[in-house]
Amino acid sequence: MPDLEQAAIGSNEQSHAPDHSVARFFTRFTRAQRYLHAVLFTTFLGLAATGLPMRFSESFWARKFASAVGGFGAIIFFHKLCAVVLTVAFLIHLKDIFQRGIVNREKGVFWGSNSMVGNWKDVKDLFCHMRWFLGLGPKPKFGRFAYWEKFDYWAVFWGMIVIGFSGYAMWFAPFFARFLPGWALNAVLVIHSEEGLLAILFIFSIHFVNTHLRPDSFPMDMVIFTGVESEEEFKKKRPEEFAKLEAQGKLQSRIGQEPATWLINFSRVAGTIAIAIGLILLALTLSAYFRE
Amino acid sequence: MHHFCGRICNRLFSIRTVLLAAAIGALLFAASSKPLRAETDCLSCHSDQTMQDAAGHSIGVDGKKFASSLHGSLTCGQCHTTITDYPHPDQVTPVKCETCHADQAAGLAGSVHSVKAEHPCTSCHGDAHSIFPKDDPRSAVYPLNVPTTCGTCHGNDALAKKHGLPNIYPMYIDSIHGFALSKEGLLVAANCQSCHGSHNILSHTNPASATYKANIPKTCGTCHAGITADYSNGVHGKAVAAGNMHAPVCSDCHTAHAILQPTESEFRMQSTPICGSCHTDKLSTYRDTFHSQLGSLGGYVETARCWDCHGAHEILPASDPRSPVAPANLVKTCGRCHAGANASFVQYQPHANARNRKLNPALYFIRLFMNLLLAGTLTFFVIHTILWLIRSRYDQIKKRSAEGKNNA
Repeated sequence: MPDLEQAAIGSNEQSHAPDHSVARFFTRFTRAQRYLHAVLFTTFLGLAATGLPMRFSESFWARKFASAVGGFGAIIFFHKLCAVVLTVAFLIHLKDIFQRGIVNREKGVFWGSNSMVGNWKDVKDLFCHMRWFLGLGPKPKFGRFAYWEKFDYWAVFWGMIVIGFSGYAMWFAPFFARFLPGWALNAVLVIHSEEGLLAILFIFSIHFVNTHLRPDSFPMDMVIFTGVESEEEFKKKRPEEFAKLEAQGKLQSRIGQEPATWLINFSRVAGTIAIAIGLILLALTLSAYFRE
Repeated sequence: MHHFCGRICNRLFSIRTVLLAAAIGALLFAASSKPLRAETDCLSCHSDQTMQDAAGHSIGVDGKKFASSLHGSLTCGQCHTTITDYPHPDQVTPVKCETCHADQAAGLAGSVHSVKAEHPCTSCHGDAHSIFPKDDPRSAVYPLNVPTTCGTCHGNDALAKKHGLPNIYPMYIDSIHGFALSKEGLLVAANCQSCHGSHNILSHTNPASATYKANIPKTCGTCHAGITADYSNGVHGKAVAAGNMHAPVCSDCHTAHAILQPTESEFRMQSTPICGSCHTDKLSTYRDTFHSQLGSLGGYVETARCWDCHGAHEILPASDPRSPVAPANLVKTCGRCHAGANASFVQYQPHANARNRKLNPALYFIRLFMNLLLAGTLTFFVIHTILWLIRSRYDQIKKRSAEGKNNA
């Protein structure tokens, strides 16, 4: 088991003095998944920045922002543009899952430790994690996708369907009215704005902290940008997955390239800008929400 | 020149005055060879433009201008009745315009400008010796000059404050009327006196005033006859006619002086709160809709405002089949913006109240569910995240202490 030995040596060395010359990097996200996240967060920031002025149109910053970008015509145009791009990205993702899970009958897409679908271990992990917060038990050993990561995924998945459907129902209201009752046209705005607000508040506070700003990842988790993470990080954050790969002798298949300096720098800048925009929008949202 | 000298010789003058008059006469002659129509013997002294009386008022007269003015055919003595001789009497009675203009004087005496010392005829008509007919562009009361004339006082902050009036002139001059008048030079554009009258101006609190609330539709209708007819057929017009003074007249929606072009975005932006100042319940439900959310942002503002659906002047209740919001007309009304609007589409409620369980139960429960989902999700995760942060930080500090590092 050369993998195991190498990993053990690397681990010992890194815990005291990280040595990049021998550090190994493991692939966590494919190029397509990283691009998907990039498209997702770019369009989401665009949707939030243009959706919030509409939701809180009476607030002091909404009209200023609108007039700065060219009035509501510009706001709704960018909102729709981002919506269409995000919809396309979502459909590509659905097609990808369909291809992998249904057509290619790839194992572990819909169940198992590598799947995004929740299982009993997630419930146990949630319970144990909270117990650990209070100092009443050991920290659970997380697998490839932790329960909060699955929640993030399904929150976006559900949000895409709910916000997307209600948004298109408003965009093409006369068409949707052919098969929806009249009151549904009233309901879609309530659903769209409340669900959008939930998404904005959740992503810009909970997701930001859980994934990027908490002490273990501060100031941001680069893995979604570079696709790889160091062995130290892998072991610390997902001990169960690491142990499983080690036991199955599959660690080698996950070895990735150390990310180029330009990619790290670029990701830091892009990620910092995204987080900064998100936090500004969060502050504006909260100020407007509690003034209502 | 012989005419000039001949008249002078009939009176007694000091040598000095004669010399001065001769010098001025020569100058006037040099400037124009036309004979002066006004009394040249008075002008022999009073043509000196720097001449002042004991109180410091200018008593110089531009004979040429006076001759071309409305009163140019009159002799000085016809107005200045007490001045018949030279030297002039010690006490001179002021000119009484009312001798000829009795109707105007009576109107003024009963008006808001009745205090004569503060509002002499000349305060509006300008210099008494250069009064021109009101259709002469040189007249201070020529339609295009009226706002400037009234604005002398009503555009003065100090005077406005003293009399407890708003400073009207800047509002008017930027209004659609003011713009038509000052920029386009439209004689038919409403100027101050078109609405307020001229001599008999009454306070808007006086029922006889043209600007008394109940009289405003008629006053505006002098020009806007078609709109006034529509308004009279609508609910607001009928209510005002029936004596309900809570109902709006023209100026309640359009304002009195700062009237804007209704199709322009500035008016479209301010019109909804105006309707909402009475229809508060309708405004709050409108605010919840996409029409309002987008419309409040400004810029390109074609989202539906109150009057896009309800009409502006001939506003009729939904129960009236002629109303644009009558059920039978909704497809057409909504279809003006929403191409393809159908019977189901117009079931949309532009004033739905998601907070009212009885009126909109489906919407109420959807909103409740969404709010609970939002509050529940965030509450759980905020607690989860805060506990996690505390625990992670605690571990981090403990670990670094063990390694003897700084905890910053």
